[in-house]
Amino acid sequence: MQIIIDQKAYQAEKNQCVLQVALDNDIYIPHFCYHEDLEVEANCRTCLVEIVKPGADTKEKIGEIVTSCTLKASEGLVVNTKSKKVIALRQENLSLLLSHHKFDCGTCPRGSICAVNESIVKNKVDITKYQSTPTDMPVIALGTAAEFDSNVCIACNQCVKICEEIGIGYLKLEGKGVNNRVAATDDPKIDCIYCGQCTVHCPVSAIQEQSHLVGVEAAINDPKKIVIAQMAPSVRVSIGELFKMKTGKNIEKKLNTAFRKIGFDKIFDVNFGADITTLVEANELIDRIKNNGVMPMFTSCCPAWVKFIEFYYPEMIPHLTTARSPQIHAGGAYKTWWAEKEGIDPKNIVVISIMPCTSKKYEAGHKKLKIDDMFPVDYVLTTRETATLIRRHGIDLETISSSEPDVLGEYSGAGVIYGASGGVMESALRTVSYQLLGKNIDRIEFAEVRGMEGIKKATITLADKKIHVAVVTTPKNARIILEEIKLNPKAYDYIEFMACPGGCIGGGGQPIPSTKRIVKKRTEGLYKIDSTKSCRSAHENKHAVEFVEYCRQNDKKSHQLLHTTYSKKQRGE
Amino acid sequence: MSTHPLLDQLEAAGVVGRGGAAFPTHLKLKRLKELNVPIGYVVCNASEGELGVKKDAYILKHFPDKVVAGMIAAMDFLETKEAYFNINKHYYDLYGPKLKTITDQVNQEQGKLFHFYIEEPSYIGGETGALLNSIEGKRAQPRLSPPSASIVGIHNKPVLLNNVETYFDIARVVEGIFKPTRYVTMTGSIINPGVFCVNRDLTVIQTLEQTHNTPSFDFFIQVGGSASGEVISRSQANTHLLTGCGAIEVFPANAQSRDVLMRWFEFYFKESCGKCTPCREGTHQLYTKLKQLQSEEPIPWDSIHAIITTMKATSFCDLGKSLSIPVESYMKNILGVKI
Repeated sequence: MQIIIDQKAYQAEKNQCVLQVALDNDIYIPHFCYHEDLEVEANCRTCLVEIVKPGADTKEKIGEIVTSCTLKASEGLVVNTKSKKVIALRQENLSLLLSHHKFDCGTCPRGSICAVNESIVKNKVDITKYQSTPTDMPVIALGTAAEFDSNVCIACNQCVKICEEIGIGYLKLEGKGVNNRVAATDDPKIDCIYCGQCTVHCPVSAIQEQSHLVGVEAAINDPKKIVIAQMAPSVRVSIGELFKMKTGKNIEKKLNTAFRKIGFDKIFDVNFGADITTLVEANELIDRIKNNGVMPMFTSCCPAWVKFIEFYYPEMIPHLTTARSPQIHAGGAYKTWWAEKEGIDPKNIVVISIMPCTSKKYEAGHKKLKIDDMFPVDYVLTTRETATLIRRHGIDLETISSSEPDVLGEYSGAGVIYGASGGVMESALRTVSYQLLGKNIDRIEFAEVRGMEGIKKATITLADKKIHVAVVTTPKNARIILEEIKLNPKAYDYIEFMACPGGCIGGGGQPIPSTKRIVKKRTEGLYKIDSTKSCRSAHENKHAVEFVEYCRQNDKKSHQLLHTTYSKKQRGE
Repeated sequence: MSTHPLLDQLEAAGVVGRGGAAFPTHLKLKRLKELNVPIGYVVCNASEGELGVKKDAYILKHFPDKVVAGMIAAMDFLETKEAYFNINKHYYDLYGPKLKTITDQVNQEQGKLFHFYIEEPSYIGGETGALLNSIEGKRAQPRLSPPSASIVGIHNKPVLLNNVETYFDIARVVEGIFKPTRYVTMTGSIINPGVFCVNRDLTVIQTLEQTHNTPSFDFFIQVGGSASGEVISRSQANTHLLTGCGAIEVFPANAQSRDVLMRWFEFYFKESCGKCTPCREGTHQLYTKLKQLQSEEPIPWDSIHAIITTMKATSFCDLGKSLSIPVESYMKNILGVKI
């Protein structure tokens, strides 16, 4: 059907809301509580439009001001997004809404990339109009990953909804009237898993990552330090969104130059770590199959998923692969094997991971992962923090030249698809088949484990062996599969679990907004990189193979650098 | 044309919703019946969170059997065995024991199932969506409509929700003792406050006369609830009927604007559920603005009006929208303030 917005006709689908039609056509309407994947809240009251002519099924009257998130597209509907009445009421509601917002833009990890900022500028909002009584509620930490400041919250409810939707329900809104704010549940059976989905759904940075920007900038400014940047697969196809570039476009070569400009000394890649992880994990899977180990084996590269198991299903811990995660494998490699080769004192190395994730911050701080008293990874920046860092250095990603990474920045196609749900599984299958047969099989792509569905199941035949696999995202779906395993322990051999919808590519540290449609495009970007690589399997990454062999020279190194352990976690641990 | 004797009787008697909206009760029942789906519950709204209204308390105290009888008539018509009393805690403490004796007996003898939801007294608690959410164990916040909150009902089963007085009226119709009367709470600067049963077609002035409350001084009036009711002048009261929720408050003509406004602003500030921006922040701004005003400073009508207008046009539910009724009518009818 057709509707008319500001005198121009646009195609709309039945039941689509007018706000979505506008956003899809680059018509600016401010909005804070609306998210296309979540149930309509309609509480911020800023997405106002005026009815010029009601549509066939529109109940509203001519001249009525309505929220466009609740207004359904209807044949013949005509709305105005810029009438005098709309502008005045929007300004008033924005002034009221932001009377509660603490403006610390200078230190905010969002910097100038911010919906609040955009709404003020585009709507000419007087933010001094209403003074709010300052509240002084403590900032609540979500582990060492994220934090929320109720004093900044505008009660939009997005964080609560997404936390419920993924199956955790740690956050809630509480308090009446002006005290209606985000809070943590006091239910002792519920704990946060640090996935950060709340942070990627917070329009005003009331919930955000615990920022490592200060530490990163200090390391860069310290001439004694050799500062290594390693970027996770997902970042290269998503960070461009924060610079008005196309979603899903791989801009890793521009980022290499940007990171060098900022002052990083070496540009390596978490994908190198992913290749190490695949080698270790594939080996363990074969070992478990051959030697009747605990089956099915679960992946463990998502720290939020690991926290989920350690808190909610500690009895299932033996199913987790002992393989460390990619950022930890790679960080360990730089500070031992690479440092030895280069003759560098590893104490001078600072490893900075650039991740689509908040739980990676939590993981980086695990003391159990230390190697010779060094953390493998020193700081973790989210995709959003990284964009702020780039902005602060005045770098224009659009025009910056391309450059190659340093030597450990080379990776296989298997490494890069780690960013997508099913990618860890597919990478492992490529290498398991090689390790079982001693040669590559004809098949490289496993489409049956790709895609956005929350639960994917497949039976894969490798070297005459049938392997039953599942690929799962979000705790809600994980519970379904874990309960199935309790009833039928032999249902699967190997299961990939990720906390975030779509996998890391839909992670809690990713650009805002992050929607299913956007995540799908980012995912396509990852598979495109893989399909154009000549090296598409972990066992073809010679650096990764060399490092694993280095570790396997003795048990201590192997344990210290390749494997880890897990334990039952208490609330808040 | 209705198709059922109960509907015909209710229509003939002119029974309407006594929560204040005055929607014809027979139409509400008819609409539910025509859904042709099982009705979950018949719900009695005994929240009575509106300022200055005590008529439901009066009815619960004196005629609890009639209220229950009205609910039973609706239950039988809608073919449901279950009912809910959404009752505010103060009322439950006072009238709960007697009500429960009655409903227990009905449960036992007629195979019905009456439940009680005891509500923390609040204004929003009487709003349909918030009330139903509370019964479901959710936060007392309004629901997005459409679909209509009472059609979504409780756990996805439609409900009939009526005010205490409406069920009382249904019972009077069913029992053949209906009279065209209603209950009204008289408050403010009067000598004879209380709840009175009066003819439903009276004007405001006639109501003052019949309840022996005509002031000897110049005055103005808020009719339909001391929070959301309309404010009218003495002369308007001559023709203004007793509309909305049954309540009349009398103010002396020399009442200070600041005091008049403060009571509304404080009430709305404390009662806003906080869901939507204009009501949450608007009520907060209005209250603090007035509170911080020095005694010699003039009332900032312009900025008050800007907030009130925004709340009226953009609030999520009727609570936020309704503050404009007393404030705007007070400005217009009593003060003659031009904005």
